[in-house]
Amino acid sequence: MNAQELSWYALWGATALYAIAMVASSIHLSRVADAKAAAKGKVAAAVGATHAGEATAHGASASAASPEPVRTTAAGIAQSTTLVGAILNGVGVIARGIEAGHAPWSTMYEYTITGSFVAVVVFLIVQSRRDVSYLAPGVTGFATIALGLALTTLYQASTGLQPALQSFWLVIHVSIAIIATGVFIVAAVATGLQLMRDYRTEQPVVVTDGRHALARLMRRWRNANIRVLRGWNWLEGVPEPPRLEALAFRLHAVGFVLWTFTVMAGAVWAEHAWGRYWGWDPKEVWSFVIWVVYAAYLHARTTQGWAGRRSAVIALIGFVTLIMNFTVVNLYFQGMHTYA
Amino acid sequence: MARMRIDNYAYAEVPRLGWRGWLRWMWRQVTSMRVALILLLMLALAAIPGSVLPQWPQDAGNTRGFVEANPFWGPLLDRMGFLDVFGSAWFTAIYLLLFASLIGCIVPRCLVYWHDLRAPVPAAPSRLDRFEPVTVTAHKDARAVVWSARQALSPGTFVSRPGERIVLRRPRWWRWFADYRIRVDERPGRAEDASTEVALSAHKGHVRELGNLIFHVSLVGILIAVAAGTLLTYRGQALIVEGDTFTNAVVAYDSYESGSLFSEDSLEPWTLSLDQFEAVFGLDGNPDEFTAYTTLTEPGREPRPVEAQVNRPIQVDGAKIYLQGNGYAPVFTVTDSAGNVAFEGAVPFLPQDAVYTSTGVVKVPDVTEGEQLGFSGTLLPTALIDGDSASSLHPSPTNPVIFLEVFSGDLGLDDGVPQNVYALDESQLSPVRGEDDEPLVVALEPGETIELPQGLGSITWESLPRFAAFDLRRDPSLPWLLGASIGALAGLTLSLFGTRRRLWLVAPMGAGAGAETTVVTAAAWAPAHDGGVREDLEKVLIQATGTLTRKEDS
Ligand code: HEM
Repeated sequence: MNAQELSWYALWGATALYAIAMVASSIHLSRVADAKAAAKGKVAAAVGATHAGEATAHGASASAASPEPVRTTAAGIAQSTTLVGAILNGVGVIARGIEAGHAPWSTMYEYTITGSFVAVVVFLIVQSRRDVSYLAPGVTGFATIALGLALTTLYQASTGLQPALQSFWLVIHVSIAIIATGVFIVAAVATGLQLMRDYRTEQPVVVTDGRHALARLMRRWRNANIRVLRGWNWLEGVPEPPRLEALAFRLHAVGFVLWTFTVMAGAVWAEHAWGRYWGWDPKEVWSFVIWVVYAAYLHARTTQGWAGRRSAVIALIGFVTLIMNFTVVNLYFQGMHTYA
Repeated sequence: MARMRIDNYAYAEVPRLGWRGWLRWMWRQVTSMRVALILLLMLALAAIPGSVLPQWPQDAGNTRGFVEANPFWGPLLDRMGFLDVFGSAWFTAIYLLLFASLIGCIVPRCLVYWHDLRAPVPAAPSRLDRFEPVTVTAHKDARAVVWSARQALSPGTFVSRPGERIVLRRPRWWRWFADYRIRVDERPGRAEDASTEVALSAHKGHVRELGNLIFHVSLVGILIAVAAGTLLTYRGQALIVEGDTFTNAVVAYDSYESGSLFSEDSLEPWTLSLDQFEAVFGLDGNPDEFTAYTTLTEPGREPRPVEAQVNRPIQVDGAKIYLQGNGYAPVFTVTDSAGNVAFEGAVPFLPQDAVYTSTGVVKVPDVTEGEQLGFSGTLLPTALIDGDSASSLHPSPTNPVIFLEVFSGDLGLDDGVPQNVYALDESQLSPVRGEDDEPLVVALEPGETIELPQGLGSITWESLPRFAAFDLRRDPSLPWLLGASIGALAGLTLSLFGTRRRLWLVAPMGAGAGAETTVVTAAAWAPAHDGGVREDLEKVLIQATGTLTRKEDS
């Protein structure tokens, strides 16, 4: 088996394992949600049945028990498939690098396979420090789709690099960009869960006729979302919004520093390669937009009236611009980066 | 609607500054933060059209095409600045407002920071209930408990070894930033049975705010460096054929631009000769490597050989010379109808595609008799001729062929209007026709001479050197820009990963001094994302009490 075949089979294996991990971790998450609901039910029953003094004792023991991780077979399966999937993914990336003869970061295909690998590894690192298994369905789901798309539609045979790309700064700039992307993916999953969890507790608002048509439409849209979210009981297995926000912030902070570095390294590279550090090439425009949107997120977190939901929405907008930069901008806009 | 309680630590605590400080604080927090946020979002939004629509500074040709193809929208968008977004009035307005807001924001924050740095640590709050306090029983007296806690918090400052005196060591300066700053008060107690309590208050977080300020100040630095750069920079393009020499002077550049504060007299007259240009292509025609071997002669110095590659510019006199492009510059000799040499020299042919199908023109105005001659040529480096069609297979000159269309008449060079050197003005030229009365196209190989019909003369293709296109740029702001960027990155890192923690410990003194047991109350506070403060608290309590027997306060 040559490097090309090895890469190909390893990546398909990783895709399959991620898919299994996604299903297993989803099952685990709904078990956790059930366990939490049961614990709550017990507390409620205890409060009803006994007098106040005992109830506090029961309540304390119940709440002390709930942070205890719920162990299920599904969790074990999810964990091992994610780990082995990540290893296969890594093998696929390295084999591709050997096949291409350079760091595998120069086409969309290579960027995607490496980006999914980094996202899963970031998740595993966070998971090794604290239980964040509730992020697993999102992260492995994203990785499954990204790898699947890469293997089926983005695949390109490897080629040598153009002279403009042969540089130390390519390795720095692109590798940090990919790592930042991986971190932002995990952060976006946490932020998405935060918003879903948050809106779940909301009551649908009655739509009155007095309002503007657009406002009514938006209310309806919001109500529909709230109804869907109320049906998703697995969300109970996810921590409270403030805890998710705290986690998402730490990830976003890491991602933001890395992205700042990416943009700066890109400018240094452009200065070396093209004789100008910044030229508002479409790719540069979008790197800038991403940076500014995430900076706005960091500000919104500490702005009265914007902290919480609105800042979370800005973070997700940042993620959308990140994905746009990688998809639409690569495919449709002209610029010096288009050989990438 | 129940708003989520999130880490609002930026305004959780109010510096004690009096009413003017209060006004400043309000102006800072309420107005500016929100304005800054909205301006940031506007900046992101405003940048997007710059990537969607063609832009004059980036791609004038495409932009002109766009305006011509859209007679209604084109000029309208152009007038509104959408075809030069980053130079438009509205984009400039947004970022200037943002930076005005930024400066208006960091100046007072620097003052507040300076004030805070020198202000003593605030005493522990009299009630810790707000901060989920923990109570622990220690078998020591209150002063001893606080003393141990203090040592646990700043281990670097006090060293005690068995049998030695306690040594007080001056903290290192960064520790002063990074460590807890501690204050201990003995004050009237609140518990019924204690007349006095010992209260320890420990704060850290200066490094975070410092990083934040460095970051924002560096952003201003970046803006200033970029602005200075556009005023002081110059750049020019020059094309050098192998064997030729370029002399640094404004007239020698093919194109040249400079910032308004740049003086042309400051150009140093160095020369650059292109000795050889090496291009390596893969079998598939993709370029592997380009190297320009040159000789650089600076005034008053020995000539020295230097190499330029795509990512390795030549450094000279504070400027950098980038290798930007390359191609072939075939050398021709043209004789006129009188048999005199009317033209001799290299003519750059510009590559049109990846296999270096190149086009160029030869203009021969200086004929001694008869009409002026013009040639419009296409060079195929590795020609494959198949019947009527011909194409190049590879960019290397393995089988080079040049097809020339021949024109005679008036080249239009005497009108005084500058002409494009890469195109013929055919308005006063007519194609020279061959025997079949079709416009004549001659195919030349290196070294070959072709006699032109009607006794017009001859053309000889002598050799095929390469040319290299260089882009020279001097921007004295670059080191400053780099410095400001590094400052921004460092400041950002400090600001995002620096911690802001508060820790309090209150130990009531028992009825009689020297009581054997003390019930310590302790609490900690940090932004929601920072769980580490609980560990700090744990560590301090273990040190202070020597036990972990504690009862939770619910
Ligand atoms: C040029 C535009 C600006 C950019 C790109 C920018 C970027 C950032 C970034 C990335 C952070 C996160 C660092 C941190 O959390 O410590 C931040 C924080 C902050 N910025 Fe800005 N900023 C800008 C303008 C402003 C302005 C005009 C103000 C004045 C109100 C401001 C006030 C703050 C404050 C108070 C924080 C600290 C938030 C916290 O406590 O974490 N910034 N800024």
